[in-house]
Amino acid sequence: MSSQKQPSITTPPEVGSAQVDLLARLCNAMAVSGDEQEVRQIVLDEIQPYCDQVEVDGLGNVLATRLGSQAQKVRVMIAAHMDEIGFMLTNDEGEGLFSFETVGGIDPRQLVGKAVIVGREHTPAVIGAKPIHLTTAEERKKALKVEELRIDLGPEGSSKAKVGDRATFATQLEALGPSIRAKALDNRLGVINLIELLRHAPENIDLLAAFTVQEEVGLRGARVAAYRFDPQIGMAIDATPAHDLPAYDADVENTRYNTKLDHGPAIYLMDGATISDRRLAEWLMQTAEAEGIPYQIRQPNPGGTDAGAIHRARAGVPSISVSVPVRYAHSAASLIRQEDWANTLKLVYHALTRLTPEILS
Amino acid sequence: MSIEAKKIEQDDALLALIKKMVETPGPSGQEQLIRAAILEEIQGSADEIHTDAMGNLIARKGSKQPNGLRIMISAHMDEIGLMVTHVDEDGFVRFISIGGVSPLTCIGGRVIFMNGQRGVIGCERLEPNALPTLEKLFIDVGATSREDCPVKVGDVCGFDRPFLDLGKHLVAKSMDNRISVVVAIAALRALQASPHEVYFVFSVQEEVGLRGSATAAYGVDPDVGLAVDVTRTGDTPRTTKMEVALDKGPAVKVRDSSFIADPRVVDWMVATAKAADIPYQMEVLEAGGTDGRSIQLARAGVPAGCLSIPCRYIHSPSEMVSRIDVENAIRLLVELISHEVKLG
Repeated sequence: MSSQKQPSITTPPEVGSAQVDLLARLCNAMAVSGDEQEVRQIVLDEIQPYCDQVEVDGLGNVLATRLGSQAQKVRVMIAAHMDEIGFMLTNDEGEGLFSFETVGGIDPRQLVGKAVIVGREHTPAVIGAKPIHLTTAEERKKALKVEELRIDLGPEGSSKAKVGDRATFATQLEALGPSIRAKALDNRLGVINLIELLRHAPENIDLLAAFTVQEEVGLRGARVAAYRFDPQIGMAIDATPAHDLPAYDADVENTRYNTKLDHGPAIYLMDGATISDRRLAEWLMQTAEAEGIPYQIRQPNPGGTDAGAIHRARAGVPSISVSVPVRYAHSAASLIRQEDWANTLKLVYHALTRLTPEILS
Repeated sequence: MSIEAKKIEQDDALLALIKKMVETPGPSGQEQLIRAAILEEIQGSADEIHTDAMGNLIARKGSKQPNGLRIMISAHMDEIGLMVTHVDEDGFVRFISIGGVSPLTCIGGRVIFMNGQRGVIGCERLEPNALPTLEKLFIDVGATSREDCPVKVGDVCGFDRPFLDLGKHLVAKSMDNRISVVVAIAALRALQASPHEVYFVFSVQEEVGLRGSATAAYGVDPDVGLAVDVTRTGDTPRTTKMEVALDKGPAVKVRDSSFIADPRVVDWMVATAKAADIPYQMEVLEAGGTDGRSIQLARAGVPAGCLSIPCRYIHSPSEMVSRIDVENAIRLLVELISHEVKLG
């Protein structure tokens, strides 16, 4: 329990160079599902002064409570998962070569030739494959399976890594004009937005912030976090794929893009894990329209967010998700627009300031 | 009134109730209309009615006597449907399924949106002998452009097909699971003296993963639970083998692919049917899940089972049940919750 809580910042949160710097630290850190320590530590350092209570629960979720001062308050749980997709070393084959498994949803075709980092020391390594000089045209028609790939740490690798260690892509965040390119934007964007929301929390809500673990392997952290918080409303803030490229098969319209960059935050109505509460969808859309914030409806599609676990907690929690659109999600380098990020943060913040208990009546 | 005349009047009332329940649209997540329709039918028969955070309609009848239990009956009120994913520049509407929808039963079908808009389902040109996928289908609502299309991304529709009375057999687009809703309503109305506190749950979002009953079961915290749902049959030409047929009585579920019914619950159901001389069949369903699973796994665990109504052509726009099975299911459910229950 912190007795020295700093007052909330009363201006709306913004995305500036300080936020980009923090996002870089969050994205460059490694937090493959099940070992989120590195990101958890950054979160704890950033949020402590603004919270009434902070705990790390049995699964490793950071559960932070920031109580509002008004009499009529709504208990809102917002979840942002800290974990990212990656790899786990499964067998030491000697000379620094390790076989590995993927953790979370990864397309094996995206792995060949990628620089990776291994373990808490971020030991540099590479996922190698036979070079083009030595492959036949026939071989190049087939995608390599994960079982055929190795993580190569160099001859001293066996002393630097062990079976069970995690690995992830070595990409460092870079700001590219209006865009940002990094690994793990899914979901460090949600993490930084939730940190900012705690700093700027309005007084009409009790903000129950859950920085969750193990989302990428099945919404596991959020499930126990929602049980603990027992909220009135649940929201997941996350990142969702944008496949807003032209259709590759000639002149037909691309009808399956999920979301589009530059079209603002993506509000969910249905995904594979949740049917959003329509009252909450209306609340977000009305907020966007009133505040002049662009938004888009994420195409109803499979996939899932922490809302899938939250809405099923205890006797049920009306829930929804809002995501930043991300191109090339779950790869070594994904791409976003800073404007979409800023607008997502703005939308959730303004929606929270407008929240009253009547929304559920 | 003669006994004969009274029977005809009761039959007409049951048919009218079935027609009303099956023709009200209510795909998963959009249960507001069907919830209101059920509420209309049960108001006055229950001791307490509320709608929970997920939208489950929960009606209590009776209170727990020293020899009674808290029993949860769950009949899901949602149905399969479609949700709009994209409206193209010519006004054609692309969609995704809500629950298990087969592309084969979609083509040429009609839909009704929650705002009343109707449409028909068309299909792209297919390669010879290719089966359609949902991605190849679209809804034509009579629009000519994205701008004049009366529906938008996220809008929801159900299948549009009137109730059909074939005498012994009854047909509708949503016998799954409105016929069980009818069974639960009829049992709630008929239940007189009972030692039990019975919660009739009309659950939401079953078709997308037994979601509503999970939170309802947590809230109700029952001693024992029964789902009421349809089950498939093996009595049509050259179909997958299964020991359930129409007209042979309601089915006592032993297992489906989502849960194994508690053997004590199975025994209780069989003994009750025998004692009341109600025909019944044993059901082993190889693929399919019901609210029984989510009740069973609620909190620290609940003995649970499922009373099934045999149904042909499940998840098609023409699902068929037997009228006598429906009547016997109502009788069996009333018997089950009217007397003291001793589980094993």
